Amino acid sequence: MAFLELENLSKSFGANVGVHQVTLAIERGEFVSFLGPSGCGKTTTLRMIAGFEQPSSGDIRIDGRDVTGLRPNQRNIGMVFQSYALFPNMTVAENVGFGLKVARAPATEISSRVEEMLQLIGLPQHGERYPYQLSGGQQQRVALARALAVRPTLLLLDEPLSALDAKIRISLREEIRRVQRQLGITTIYVTHDQEEALSMSDRIVVMNEGRIEQLGTPFEIYNYPRSRFVASFVGTLNTLATIVTDPASGRVEVDGQPLTVSGLNGAKPGDRLTFALRPEAISFRSPTPGINTLAGTLEEVSFLGSIVRMRVRFGENVLSLDTFNTPNEPPPSRGDHVTVGFAARDLRLLDNS
Amino acid sequence: MRGARFGSWLALALGVLYFLVPLISTLEFSMRMKRGEYSFEAYRVVLGDPRFQQSFLYSTTLALATIVIGVLLVLPTAYIIRLRLPKLRPIVEFITLLPLVVPAIVIVFGYLRIYNSSSFLPMTASARATDLLLTFGYVTLSLPYMYRAVDSGLRAIDVRTLTEAAESLGAGWPTILFRVILPNVRSAILSGAFLTFAIVIGEFVFASLLNRPAFGPYLQLVGANRAYEPAALAIIAFLVTWACMGLIQVFGRGTRASRPSL
Repeated sequence: MAFLELENLSKSFGANVGVHQVTLAIERGEFVSFLGPSGCGKTTTLRMIAGFEQPSSGDIRIDGRDVTGLRPNQRNIGMVFQSYALFPNMTVAENVGFGLKVARAPATEISSRVEEMLQLIGLPQHGERYPYQLSGGQQQRVALARALAVRPTLLLLDEPLSALDAKIRISLREEIRRVQRQLGITTIYVTHDQEEALSMSDRIVVMNEGRIEQLGTPFEIYNYPRSRFVASFVGTLNTLATIVTDPASGRVEVDGQPLTVSGLNGAKPGDRLTFALRPEAISFRSPTPGINTLAGTLEEVSFLGSIVRMRVRFGENVLSLDTFNTPNEPPPSRGDHVTVGFAARDLRLLDNS
Repeated sequence: MRGARFGSWLALALGVLYFLVPLISTLEFSMRMKRGEYSFEAYRVVLGDPRFQQSFLYSTTLALATIVIGVLLVLPTAYIIRLRLPKLRPIVEFITLLPLVVPAIVIVFGYLRIYNSSSFLPMTASARATDLLLTFGYVTLSLPYMYRAVDSGLRAIDVRTLTEAAESLGAGWPTILFRVILPNVRSAILSGAFLTFAIVIGEFVFASLLNRPAFGPYLQLVGANRAYEPAALAIIAFLVTWACMGLIQVFGRGTRASRPSL
């Protein structure tokens, strides 16, 4: 039996369906991200688990216990908010110890636990400061310590890094993951940032329009997207609009140029099919037998440091490709005629949903 | 440019004269009780008058009671409206503004009709019950100020997230309201409290028609029978009001200083 189980969880706001029949099982100690654009239902699902929203239907079970009808303060769930939500009138130590004080823990236990938590987040000297005396990153670490101080069964994080700048975001996400591993606490992390989800999670739940689009490890989600939405939301995705010419030998055409693909079972000549192709699967090639090549014009060159991102146009289609920067070889220029190649197995047929 | 600047200085000077001339005249007059010399004789007489002390103490006590009841009524109401029932907000705002629209005399006549000694709830039958009725009346009168002060205090903090954070840490409603929300709107409540204090200290109509020994009727009584003492009392009343306003400023600044800078 999984540690956290959501069964047919739905939430409607009037006529709008926020979350639709979400069923999900999360194992003890797992780090799972809910990933999706705003309004996809990820935060609503999280808030239902926390108890801040009542589901319209469905059940939530934690460690086999049905918590659907319980109030948030009866669930023993730690929550970290985007806006930190530290109590401005309390010091860092009072914030961290708040949950234990509410639970009427003895003063000695509170102070030792607060100290332990501040050590864990690397702010042992900051106990007497007030939230407004801390940076955003420090405030969020205190919020994490506060949520963990009460030894919750489950930790929920609602876009905790969205309000921080890029550098702090990266260091803090490593820290959150370190703390999570150290404590072995089951964690759900809501984000719209695919990089965050890919780098931190054991598994990712990609959500769209209130439903789960795909559930899998970061590797599976990125490399084997099951729908066009997942493919386009996670990572940069090229789509190639093709016309089937010879299904038996797997031949299709892009802008008059032939390609060989696999998995054309059931297609008829003249069918229009869309394939997905990751930028890193494409490279500059001279035409070689057995490799798909396309000739086009370089439309855009962005130098990003270690990576050079380029866009190549073939009639109606545009492909983005990434190459590593090599110091002794300057990237080609805009307007150059180039030939790019990729393996047939890297093309993934997208369903048209 | 120069003309515009002269115009604004002129307007300011006229404004200052408009406010200061009567005030200075009152002050000057209040100090002429002894013939041929300036003295604080009128103040000494007023402050030494046991009726002054009694009525001021009475009004102060009622003001404090009004503040306590007002806060206990307004804080949870404004909090729940903000958190759970935002649609009711215009209605509640309208209700809290009613005391500004309905004259005090109308309200007190209403009270007298409903709570007179032959009614189902004869609150005017005993002095203590009338004090309570008067306090409730003052709560009503101060409602527009208290509600607005508390509501703007709540607007300055993220009520919803703070509530949810406290809830997820196991806190119940009383803990959230008194340990998380109240300390963070303390300065707003204090400014509401000082306004309430100023209103109650100077209130005449309720106290007079309910026949209670408050400061307002005392002011009126002295004003009708004495020459120099009313001027001294007016100056004292001004000082009390100014002290209240100064305290509002002090506590208002306190909030801004302690607000997160991020």
